[in-house]
Amino acid sequence: MNIDFSADELAFQQEVSTFLAEEFPEEIRNKTANSIELGKDDYVNWQKILAKKGWAATNWPVEHGGTGWTPTQKYIFGNECAKAGAPEVMAFGLKMVAPVIYIYGNEEQKQRFLPDILASNVWWCQGYSEPNAGSDLASLKTTAVREGDEYVVNGTKTWTTLGQHADWIFCLVRTGAADVKNQNAISFLLIDMKTPGINVSPIYLLDGSPEVNEVHFDNVRVPAENLIGEEGKGWTYAKVLLTHERTNIAGVTDSKNRLKDLKEKAAKTSDGMPGSHSMLSDNHAWQQKVAELEIELLALEYTELKTLAAVSTGKAPGPESSILKIKGTEIQQTIDILNVEMAGYYGLPFVRDQFMDGFDGVPIGPDQAAASAPIYFNNRKATIYGGSNEIQTNIICKAVLGL
Amino acid sequence: MDFSYSEEQQMLQDSVSKFISTEYDWDSRQAIAKSETGFSADHWQLFAELGWLTVPFKEDDGGFGGSAVDLIVTMEEFGKGLLVEPFLANTILAGTLIAEAGSSEQKTELLTPLMEGNVQLAFAYAEPQSRYELANIQCNAVINGDEIVLNGHKAVVLNGAAAEKILVSVRTSGDACDREGVSLLWVDANSAGIRRESYASVDGQRAADIWFDNVTLPTSNLLGDVGEAIDVIEMTIDRAALAICAEAVGAMQMSLFKTVEYSKIRKQFNTTLSTFQALQHRMANMFIEVEQAKSILLMAAMEMDRLDGKAPKALSAAKSRIGKAARLVGEESIQIHGGIGVTDELDVGHYFKRLTAIQFSFGSTDYHTARFAAS
Repeated sequence: MNIDFSADELAFQQEVSTFLAEEFPEEIRNKTANSIELGKDDYVNWQKILAKKGWAATNWPVEHGGTGWTPTQKYIFGNECAKAGAPEVMAFGLKMVAPVIYIYGNEEQKQRFLPDILASNVWWCQGYSEPNAGSDLASLKTTAVREGDEYVVNGTKTWTTLGQHADWIFCLVRTGAADVKNQNAISFLLIDMKTPGINVSPIYLLDGSPEVNEVHFDNVRVPAENLIGEEGKGWTYAKVLLTHERTNIAGVTDSKNRLKDLKEKAAKTSDGMPGSHSMLSDNHAWQQKVAELEIELLALEYTELKTLAAVSTGKAPGPESSILKIKGTEIQQTIDILNVEMAGYYGLPFVRDQFMDGFDGVPIGPDQAAASAPIYFNNRKATIYGGSNEIQTNIICKAVLGL
Repeated sequence: MDFSYSEEQQMLQDSVSKFISTEYDWDSRQAIAKSETGFSADHWQLFAELGWLTVPFKEDDGGFGGSAVDLIVTMEEFGKGLLVEPFLANTILAGTLIAEAGSSEQKTELLTPLMEGNVQLAFAYAEPQSRYELANIQCNAVINGDEIVLNGHKAVVLNGAAAEKILVSVRTSGDACDREGVSLLWVDANSAGIRRESYASVDGQRAADIWFDNVTLPTSNLLGDVGEAIDVIEMTIDRAALAICAEAVGAMQMSLFKTVEYSKIRKQFNTTLSTFQALQHRMANMFIEVEQAKSILLMAAMEMDRLDGKAPKALSAAKSRIGKAARLVGEESIQIHGGIGVTDELDVGHYFKRLTAIQFSFGSTDYHTARFAAS
């Protein structure tokens, strides 16, 4: 039993780390370090750099331009990127729709869509959730009715992350039977966002950002050739996609970085106790909370490594990966609130401008303290999205405990 | 990266697991726990024959290998069966001290018979005022030429009643909590001036308070250098803490398993408990706790085997996290069982008791959280 990487893996780690040091743009690094929101261009530029290196599609098979990496290599790559402050690639194109296309799409669809996804020429967004279909996704109501060579789509999709930038959307739509619970009536459809009848309206979140959108479809005519696979199989395809989407769900390295940052800042922040004149990092109650968090993260890191070791020997990632989602997001949110606590009064100013690209004034408060509350508010989403933590708990009950 | 056991470790696990499942059913365990000595001498001989008593020791000392991973493999299985035989007190506490601090003569005199199952040992370190501070020692040993005179009171000595030879941490110089001046010696349990008051502990094991009143022994009974024993004592207690962490992981798995199985058969309101989401989610949380506990146990064991000085911090992380898990899993098992869970008859309450004892042995959960934060 050991957790050491092999010589090849260590060499690979060095290669990734060198590449990041040389190629990851300083401008994006600075934005991440200063809590500045990344724009569309930042993502696209970085993904194009990765694509040039051949590292954009870490989960694709080699034949379509993927890296063909082992699970351990993917893990190392993800870790090194997080260490360097490099954002993860936008999942919607490279990690979500692409696997559905290369597994279930026809040859023409593969030729048409995959190269542009690989090169980050096209921005994709996800059309799954609806105003009345959240965690209970299968109750979705958006319809696609076949008329000749076209589908006519009507309905509303919601929580569409960064849909304002999107060129294309992949949707789960109801074809055929109106029986709302029938998962066999759901199909997987690709839709050009420029098609007449599509209207995108922003939803402002608690941090004031229009991160997500509602996408309205009003008699949108979609060529039938944009259907993936067979009608009525969309639910199956989407489920396969979800199991592909479990990598790095725990966010361990990112949380480690944030925890390190938290501890460094706490050593420079007064604990505010009358007469104590000591730093927050010396405060017993604070130390206890931070230590418990750090220990939980350590346990999660080894839970992730155990899962990785199992996947590396060819086992499918089991329902145990629900632990990674639950614990990973709980830890992220604990770090969020500790940052707010540390900011004290400087958690109050709501000055969105100073965390936007191009801000050239004098920031309010020290060390991005004013970013802490918006981040905390925004990230309450983490325990809700991707199958809420309660859904994950249900998965453990059913698939692991047999309840 | 490889999380699998070696072939030898796998065989060890299979062997212990087979013993627990075939020889150590609940009724047998209870009969042994309630017997006069509180453990089975036959089982102890069997453990010796199977080589289990050599697990914590290096091959040079005649042991199985002595890695921390070997130790957790064994203890996790013992935890599943709630073993009451004094494996921990003998091999890990007393045995580690002898192996680490003892001379070759002392190893021959004490360690060899220990591995052969021919002697019962104990380590007396805690005192009524000390709690978890190992250097807080008032037990005092005065060295006069080649003779030592020992006085003091040691608290809750595991296997203290059955022990034929007792290792004792003593103060030979300095003030009550000084790290310097702590020495280690062994004394024959039948020596004049020793009084023992033995009792069962809440988890069905045995312990004793021991008083030393002008007990005299030769200086050849000192282990290691005079006044320099604190490091080896701390290292030994950390190993014991790792061992009970593994035991807790085994006990938690069984407690969870028994709870889940019970929920599938117990009916209330015309349906089984397993159909209530309020209970399902509690059991899922127990499962997550057990998995996190397993993970951090492996982390700590691997860190201990690396010998790079990070072991105490890693151990504290594990003891803290596993203590938290042990409390939740133990308490929730009782709650989900309902009334039957608080009866002495059912095994689940006894898992709860052992899990509770583990939380407060060799440093409590909070103690280790604080030690982690400070290191």
